[in-house]
Amino acid sequence: MLDDFLVRATLGGIGVAIAAAPLGCFVVWRRMAYFGDATSHAAILGIALALALNISVFTGALVIALVMALTVITLSDRGFAMDTLLGVTAHSALAVGLVAVSFLSGVRLDLMAYLFGDILAVGKSDLAVIWLGAALVLLLMVWRWSALLTATLNHGLASASGINPKREQVILTVSLAVVVAVAIKVVGVLLIVAMLIIPSAAARPLARNPESMAVIAGVIGALSAVLGLRASYLYDTPAGPSIVCVAAGLFLVSNILGRFRVA
Amino acid sequence: MTLVNIDAMTVQMGGTTALRNVDFSISKGEIVTVVGPNGSGKSTLMRAIIGAIAPNKGRITRSEGLRIGYVPQSLHIDPTLPITVRRFLSLPNRKPREEIETAMARVGADNLLDKQMFTLSGGQFQRTLLARALLEKPDLLILDEPTTGLDQPGSAAFYRLIEDIRTELGTAVLMVSHELHVVMSASDRVICLNGHVCCHGAPDVVASAPEYRALFGSGTQGALALYRHDHDHVHDHAEDHAHAG
Repeated sequence: MLDDFLVRATLGGIGVAIAAAPLGCFVVWRRMAYFGDATSHAAILGIALALALNISVFTGALVIALVMALTVITLSDRGFAMDTLLGVTAHSALAVGLVAVSFLSGVRLDLMAYLFGDILAVGKSDLAVIWLGAALVLLLMVWRWSALLTATLNHGLASASGINPKREQVILTVSLAVVVAVAIKVVGVLLIVAMLIIPSAAARPLARNPESMAVIAGVIGALSAVLGLRASYLYDTPAGPSIVCVAAGLFLVSNILGRFRVA
Repeated sequence: MTLVNIDAMTVQMGGTTALRNVDFSISKGEIVTVVGPNGSGKSTLMRAIIGAIAPNKGRITRSEGLRIGYVPQSLHIDPTLPITVRRFLSLPNRKPREEIETAMARVGADNLLDKQMFTLSGGQFQRTLLARALLEKPDLLILDEPTTGLDQPGSAAFYRLIEDIRTELGTAVLMVSHELHVVMSASDRVICLNGHVCCHGAPDVVASAPEYRALFGSGTQGALALYRHDHDHVHDHAEDHAHAG
């Protein structure tokens, strides 16, 4: 079954969607979308370095995404304005990455595959990496759920309950870097944040509690992956954008349904 | 029994000294209020006591197994985060259903349990936060300007509730307040803060201290403090001070 590339791609897409769901909720609640952009755009630089150093693309992307995220957190603690800081770092990282890739003349590199994902490229080992990464992120989310949620509501409330908000922030950051690294093959670096945010935003009108929002986001994300990859195969469209288009459609539907329920 | 004792604490925040050489203690069942102008380190003091920031110098001693219930100054819940009051009260640890219902009934808000947090009004929100703090079964209740955004009857009702809870449960209460008239009537002790402890003691003693007058001796709140003070006793010197300011 795993010999069929479409099955592998679909399983990969579902893995990413499931890991992205709870994390995506925190990205929405904490308004970290731009932060996610900075982290994922930096991954292109990681890919270039990985190809130059002849190490795995996953490792390169993970390390650089992590370095980027931790740098941004450290700088914002020192009083830099967050949106400006992210605007500078997100786009610089992408630009530097693209320039770095252009230096790799000896390597035949399909840049589009990294920017938008590549349905054909998900091999068995990729699948293993995706599911291991997804499982790791899910475990972290489940383990730290209450603490993360309390720290998201209010730092003072968290501290008074013996939770260190800084530590929770680091856990989110590490999870984000892992999701970015495993999602590159499926959706590409430009649209990873869409996979985090759109399913969560689509789940919002249907949820009454944080837990149900995360679960519904997972279902919507997985559905988007399945339908998007199917469409990508049938119409020969790029994988990542196709998945995101389906997710955006589901977002519209759920928000219209939500309106009716309120009215 | 002393719950929290602070000895010569200095806290630096972003290169500036927020608190300098502060001594402080609070005992079982006491209501202590911290007053001071904006930027005087009131919130910093609260955050040091709950353990959110570590002192640069000096030490904080908390009694063994101290349970703190904390009501933060402001808590904005983003509308993108769906959470019912019931679920909110179980964060970070699950609480039994009956305890949640009792706590909400205690603060007079048991009709809110299934409402979404972001739909609550200011007063409903503060009551919910207080209920959450009570669910911790606190020895010490810390409230950082709990009536910000409430109108006068609303905040008067809220402070009465706090006093009732103290009487009923014997919980020590530490609060930051701008409402000096409330401070004067509801506190056992007042600490006047301005980067350091300006003066402290029983409300009427603090009200008549020159340091306090120097900080609050003008404007409406000063007038309220003065009004209250006139009924207690007469300090010619202090009053001259206030009029001059």
